[in-house]
Amino acid sequence: MGAIVEIRDLSKVYERGKQRVEVLHHVNLDIEEGDFVALMGPSGSGKSTLLNLIGGLDSPTGGTVAVAGKRIDKLSEDALANWRASNVGFVFQFYNLLPMLSAQKNVELPLLLTRLSAAQRKRHASTALELVGLAERAAHKPSELSGGQQQRVAIARAIVSDPTLLVGDEPTGDLDRQSAVEILTLLRELNRDHGKTIIMVTHDPKAAEYALRTLHLDKGTLVETEESPTRERSEALRA
Amino acid sequence: MKYFHLIWAALFRRKTRTLFTLFSVLAAFLLFGLLDSVRSAFAVGSSSVAAAERLITVSRISFTLALPKSLLARIQAVPGAADVTYANWFGGVYQDPKNFFPSQAVADNFFDLYPEWELAPDQRKAFHDIRTGAVVGATLAEKFHWKVGDKIPLQATIFPQKNNSNTWTFDVVGIYHVADPNLRGQENNFFFKWDYFDEARQFGNGTVGWYVVKLADRNRADQVAEAIDALSADSDHETKTESEQAFMAAMMGQFADIGLIVGTIMGAVFFTLVLLTGNTMAQAVRERIPELAVLKTVGFTSRTVLGLVLGESVLLLVLGGVAGLGLAGAVVSAVRTSLPAMGPTSPMVPVGEAIWLRGLGLMVLTGLVVGALPALKGMRLRIVDALSGH
Amino acid sequence: MNVLRKLGTAATMLGAIVVPMVVLLAAPWWLVAASVAAFAAWMALTRAGRQAVSITRVGIATITQRLGSSAVVVVGIAGVVGVLVALLAMAAGFEATLKQTGADDTAIVLRAGAQTENNSIVDHDSAEIVSQAPQVLKNSQGQPIASPELVVVASLPKRGTGLTANVELRGVGERAWDLRPNVKITNGRKFQPGLRELIAGKSAHEQFAGLDVGSNLKLNGQLWTVVGIFDSEDSHNSEIWADTAVVGTTYRRGSSTTSVNVRLVDAGSFDAFKAALASDPRLRVDVMTTRDYYNRQSETLTSEIRILGTTVALIMAIGAVFGALNTMYAAVSARAREIATLRAIGFRGAPVVVSVLLETTLLAVVGGAIGATLTWAIFDNYTASTLGTNFSQVVFSFSVSPLLLWSGLKWALAIGFVGGLFPAMRAARMPVTEGLREL
Repeated sequence: MGAIVEIRDLSKVYERGKQRVEVLHHVNLDIEEGDFVALMGPSGSGKSTLLNLIGGLDSPTGGTVAVAGKRIDKLSEDALANWRASNVGFVFQFYNLLPMLSAQKNVELPLLLTRLSAAQRKRHASTALELVGLAERAAHKPSELSGGQQQRVAIARAIVSDPTLLVGDEPTGDLDRQSAVEILTLLRELNRDHGKTIIMVTHDPKAAEYALRTLHLDKGTLVETEESPTRERSEALRA
Repeated sequence: MKYFHLIWAALFRRKTRTLFTLFSVLAAFLLFGLLDSVRSAFAVGSSSVAAAERLITVSRISFTLALPKSLLARIQAVPGAADVTYANWFGGVYQDPKNFFPSQAVADNFFDLYPEWELAPDQRKAFHDIRTGAVVGATLAEKFHWKVGDKIPLQATIFPQKNNSNTWTFDVVGIYHVADPNLRGQENNFFFKWDYFDEARQFGNGTVGWYVVKLADRNRADQVAEAIDALSADSDHETKTESEQAFMAAMMGQFADIGLIVGTIMGAVFFTLVLLTGNTMAQAVRERIPELAVLKTVGFTSRTVLGLVLGESVLLLVLGGVAGLGLAGAVVSAVRTSLPAMGPTSPMVPVGEAIWLRGLGLMVLTGLVVGALPALKGMRLRIVDALSGH
Repeated sequence: MNVLRKLGTAATMLGAIVVPMVVLLAAPWWLVAASVAAFAAWMALTRAGRQAVSITRVGIATITQRLGSSAVVVVGIAGVVGVLVALLAMAAGFEATLKQTGADDTAIVLRAGAQTENNSIVDHDSAEIVSQAPQVLKNSQGQPIASPELVVVASLPKRGTGLTANVELRGVGERAWDLRPNVKITNGRKFQPGLRELIAGKSAHEQFAGLDVGSNLKLNGQLWTVVGIFDSEDSHNSEIWADTAVVGTTYRRGSSTTSVNVRLVDAGSFDAFKAALASDPRLRVDVMTTRDYYNRQSETLTSEIRILGTTVALIMAIGAVFGALNTMYAAVSARAREIATLRAIGFRGAPVVVSVLLETTLLAVVGGAIGATLTWAIFDNYTASTLGTNFSQVVFSFSVSPLLLWSGLKWALAIGFVGGLFPAMRAARMPVTEGLREL
């Protein structure tokens, strides 16, 4: 399988006032389609920054990022927004659902950017909610759901427009053990049974065990790569 | 549009705060509706189509001075004057001075020049035939329970009869209706025959208060007016002829600079409103920066986010404003039906198209002004900073 | 059904706000002053009171963090007070001008049934009879102080706009000066009887063009000259005066006039005067003191303006109350943690309530003061004119009295109180644990 994400010589520098902070140094990385990658590293290692760059939330200072063959490192803000709409689904540590919308409406959010009719949007969202096992909670507001349930809604939202990548920033960071396991299991299912390419930042080694590959970052460079023993048997990758 | 539910949900996120702000907006536009109604009444005078075809001729010195009746034939001869009638202010009182309504002695053909006052042909004929006949407006008749055939005595305040009596008795021969609800205030008049008036009054015989001229061609108003005034130039009864609208406006204008008063009050009100709703919107957007950031991560463009926030502030203004204007309309209706009209029009115009258009324009404009800064803030937010809580 | 319930809640909320406000506004000033005094005593003397003060101090210190929303309260209330005081000052000014014009010992005689001089006609013989009544005071030459006056309307262009408006032309009799000793000629001289000369009242001169001393104007086709300006310190200042007989000729009234104005021997002889005229079969007249007459002239308009002013201010006040509610609810939420801590420490509920109320009221008072000051600065003695009952312009000045300013302040207090009450109660009832959880 070809690389769905190609990163070459990627650098990111932040300027805070007079200070120049180089967060990423000349990173090179390929991620294959159907892979489940965990990004780990101490705080300040640049893992979140790398994730943001892959997901098109930010633009690099140097180097290139290509997703599914398309270069995204030099796109304008509007172009990036359009690109994100059909190519990335985000999952955050604090869920980031809109509190005044129901689960159903939250999941439909990305679909508002498409030309689908209201009925079609509803159908797609219902399907996504079923997939994450929350079909019967569609009408509930986030305040009426547990942390784990909210994260599942977030995942449903992330996959509803069938994006190229599913990107998570500490998706289990705010969950108790049991809910974390549920979420990670769901992610693994999405990867294994539905072929979704997932890139996840985490600081929890136990969470990283669900991934097929773990990348370690330190001070802005890739220092280590681990492959899970189950990786070879991954059907998604083999496809 | 499909984003509407997003805007609505955002607006009502903090129900109490939004509701309170809506009430303030409601109050502001209630005032706007009421005050603009008063202002319009004083600015326009009569606004019917028929009014545009009429000229009023009064004494140049003062409209309280009488003109000779002999002018009638000469005015009729002026080219461009399709029809001429005349009238005299009577100023009668029915039972109690507090029951004031306008009363006038008019020529037989008076109603020909006022087609907007609908009078049945048989009643018109009765007015022509019966010397003491009186035609009253439907509103007036309803108020005092008068019917055709009733005898109505009025006490004169200005014109006693030759026999020194102040009491004039009339027979109601007709009741006229006004179809246009905007002009319903004109159904408050009491008309009787000038011939009877002139015959029986003690002084001023042979004079009329004013002439009303119907134009053959509306566009030649100025020329006809000049020609009429030329008839009496350098005489002891110089006239001033102008369109009915101009005449009314001048009368109203003498009352007060209503426009200035209303403008000042509304200025203060809208200044406060902008501050108030601006504050609410600023707070609302500040609280929702992370949510707006999420929208952007999902793929909403900056411009869409700008539009969503602007939409929210405009919706806020429109919801409260429509409620306020609606209420104003109801109040004005109630006031107009219960208060007697002072003269030909009442001091409030119904809250109709013009006021609604102005009001809606103000709502949208205020909404845009108030939402501009917060919308820009939302548009410009940097996703990464916003999500990490900066 | 849900909609109905929501409407019901909204209506109840509205009522809960409007009713206490109206009650407060109707309270007499001494009650308000007494309450304020009692409250100040409570604050200074009781422990709870002093606690309230210290909490309030903290609250006020943090106002700078909530500048925007605090400004909403201040500006909103300033607007209400400003508009209210301005409109009431207009009414008061108009009323004062007219009321000053009348007295209890002068009477005005009109034709029976006429309500105003404009509508009245009194023939020469009747005027003679009236002036011969025994109750009419005689001057040092033994002549009765009676002035048959002829009121007509003239059209003149206004200064500035140039638009014509009506001015009242009053023909006065020879004894008008004895009748109205308060009239002073400030410029030029009195008109000569028998000549087409006139004098202009101070306000008429200011309002209309062409009334300078020495100007000529055309009245009813005849040329007249302005020979002087007078000041009568009442509504006659809006008039122009001339000799009755000459006015009568110019306006072709013959020898009749519109009224007879007399000075009575004293105020007590009015009733006898009225009775004497009523019993005379040759006369058909209405008699009233000039005080009565001019009072009536101002009644309708002043009550209309007062109703307008109060209504507008009431609606603005409701808008301002909701603004204040928003601000104070937000303030209370922002300080939920502090309030919970205070209460956990041991401060009782009452001081917390009071402190919120105090803060709101202080903001309201500042707003009220700003509004009142602005109005006083802009509108006090502002001259305006309007259509009087004789279809001519009456000039008056706005009168921003201390009583009005106090009225405005009362409104500010009422709005502040109502706007702070509900948030204050909320602050007091907020469960301590919920507030602390904000930590």
